[in-house]
Amino acid sequence: MSIKTRMSGNEAVAHAIRQINPDVMPAFPITPSTEIPQFVASMIANGEIDTEFIPVESEHSAMSAAMGASAAGARAVTATSSCGMALMWEVLYVAASSRLPIVMALVNRGLTGPLNINAEHSDSMGARDSGWIQIYAENNQEVYDNFLQAHRIAEHKDVHLPIMVCQDGFITSHAVQNIVLWEDELIRNFVGEYEPEHYLLKEGESMAVGPYALSPYCMEAKKAQAEAMKRAKQVILDVAGEFEKITGQHYGLYEGYRLEDAEYAVVAIGSVCGTAKDAVDRLRDRGVKAGLMKIRVFRPFPGDEIGAALKNCRAVAIMDRAESYSSQGGPLGAEVTAAMYRAKAVAETVNIMYGLSGRDVRVADMEHVYESLQKLAAGEIRYPEYPYLGLRSASGDEL
Amino acid sequence: MFGKDGTEMRHLTEIRWHGRGGQGAKTAALLLADVAFQAGKQVQGFPEYGPERMGAPITAYDRISDQEIRVHSNIYEPDFVAVVDDTLLHTVDVTAGLKEDGGILVNTVRPKEEILPLLKEYPGKIYLLDARKVCMATLGRYFPNTPMLAAVVKISGVMETEVFLRGMETSLQHKFARKPEVLDGNRKALRLALEEVVECR
Repeated sequence: MSIKTRMSGNEAVAHAIRQINPDVMPAFPITPSTEIPQFVASMIANGEIDTEFIPVESEHSAMSAAMGASAAGARAVTATSSCGMALMWEVLYVAASSRLPIVMALVNRGLTGPLNINAEHSDSMGARDSGWIQIYAENNQEVYDNFLQAHRIAEHKDVHLPIMVCQDGFITSHAVQNIVLWEDELIRNFVGEYEPEHYLLKEGESMAVGPYALSPYCMEAKKAQAEAMKRAKQVILDVAGEFEKITGQHYGLYEGYRLEDAEYAVVAIGSVCGTAKDAVDRLRDRGVKAGLMKIRVFRPFPGDEIGAALKNCRAVAIMDRAESYSSQGGPLGAEVTAAMYRAKAVAETVNIMYGLSGRDVRVADMEHVYESLQKLAAGEIRYPEYPYLGLRSASGDEL
Repeated sequence: MFGKDGTEMRHLTEIRWHGRGGQGAKTAALLLADVAFQAGKQVQGFPEYGPERMGAPITAYDRISDQEIRVHSNIYEPDFVAVVDDTLLHTVDVTAGLKEDGGILVNTVRPKEEILPLLKEYPGKIYLLDARKVCMATLGRYFPNTPMLAAVVKISGVMETEVFLRGMETSLQHKFARKPEVLDGNRKALRLALEEVVECR
């Protein structure tokens, strides 16, 4: 039985944590993720779960405490956003290379500056090379379902890597929408007990976590970590398959929306994909073969799958919600075009910067993107630079 | 479900709230989403966040539909607008994008002769509610969001008022679980607001 209700994205994550009942949650408040530890702390105070909540003095400490708990053999979760995750920076890499399956709820918010609290992917995109698995959500339902699958992926013996479950700050974290919840017992059985093979508190086994590694060993450790990330791809699909069996919800590495025969495709991540779907339908009604590729898993990057799916498009817009200041475009643009090159795709491409610091994107904006793709494919326009969507400027860099 | 004029309702109703920080416009928007959900609707209720502080203008939104809501943008062409504080009429373009076949609801103690000139050239329906009067008669304190919520439901026809009142009973009991003494006043405020809201053009 499922429960039809309504809640915000932050409530949905807190509900998932209640159902999982992790052993330890160290957290430090930061907008827009603050509600998550707040709700969980209430659940603990009300006796609904027996998670050990650690009110740490900084995010660096939050991730350090999560590492300690995880290394000791506990199931550890935390939540943060933006500058909060930036303060975890050093420890993110240590957690990943120590192969600790920590689960983090990341409510995406731009990094300063200018100082701003709204949705942007610069926090998680900045951490794309830290060795964490990254899964993104379009709405409250997806962030809930993703969080429920996260421990199974991270703790899998082929993986042993931390995972961040991302959603767009305020846009989904604070919007109340319909959602379907799954029964507690169903989820408890699905997530299961955490039974690590090696951990610090294991009787009769001594081990070291995070020791110094000399050059003759360090490179092999990194290669082993990279291989684990590669294996995560299949594990993510397997876990999604099991989740579908009990809930009927289908998840993959990416979601193609009317993509199969699409001539004009948008590639994007997160809440903008819902808006893009409405635009796709409007264009299809006008006879334009528009489609959407919503990337769910950004780490590991499903390059082969993305390249193959976009191979027959005439023009592709890759949408980035994070500047990289590379003067070449954003991180998604770079990785998707590389994947398309390897797949020998011949589509025209444009990398579009959108939604920075919460800049709103309307259905009409996304229709404009598809119209631009038609002109690009017809050779009527060219984009020597990467344009900004909805920029209030006459510099010529706007789409 | 049918609207007030007997025609089949549009699949999607979009409502924009204007208020000042601390007046409960965000709470009203989220409550409306909540009660519309209980009436079987697909809903989306969300505030627009900026440099929030008490008294600063804030905006909140509701989408209520019979179909899945996928869009994640603010609302630029609302069917209805609710203005919780009439001083905003001087500083915020509250009718921006408001559909001509929709309507605007203003909470005010002032007569319509003073309010109508502030709504520019808006040709649609204009409704006024003296939420202060409703609050003082029922709650003894000024919480404009409860009567405004009832009035918005009435003017928009997003659900039958009886369905709304039944849904609010659940919401209020949940919200005021630790303050049952205010329940009756809130019930009365909802009903009185449904009577007091007037269409003045």
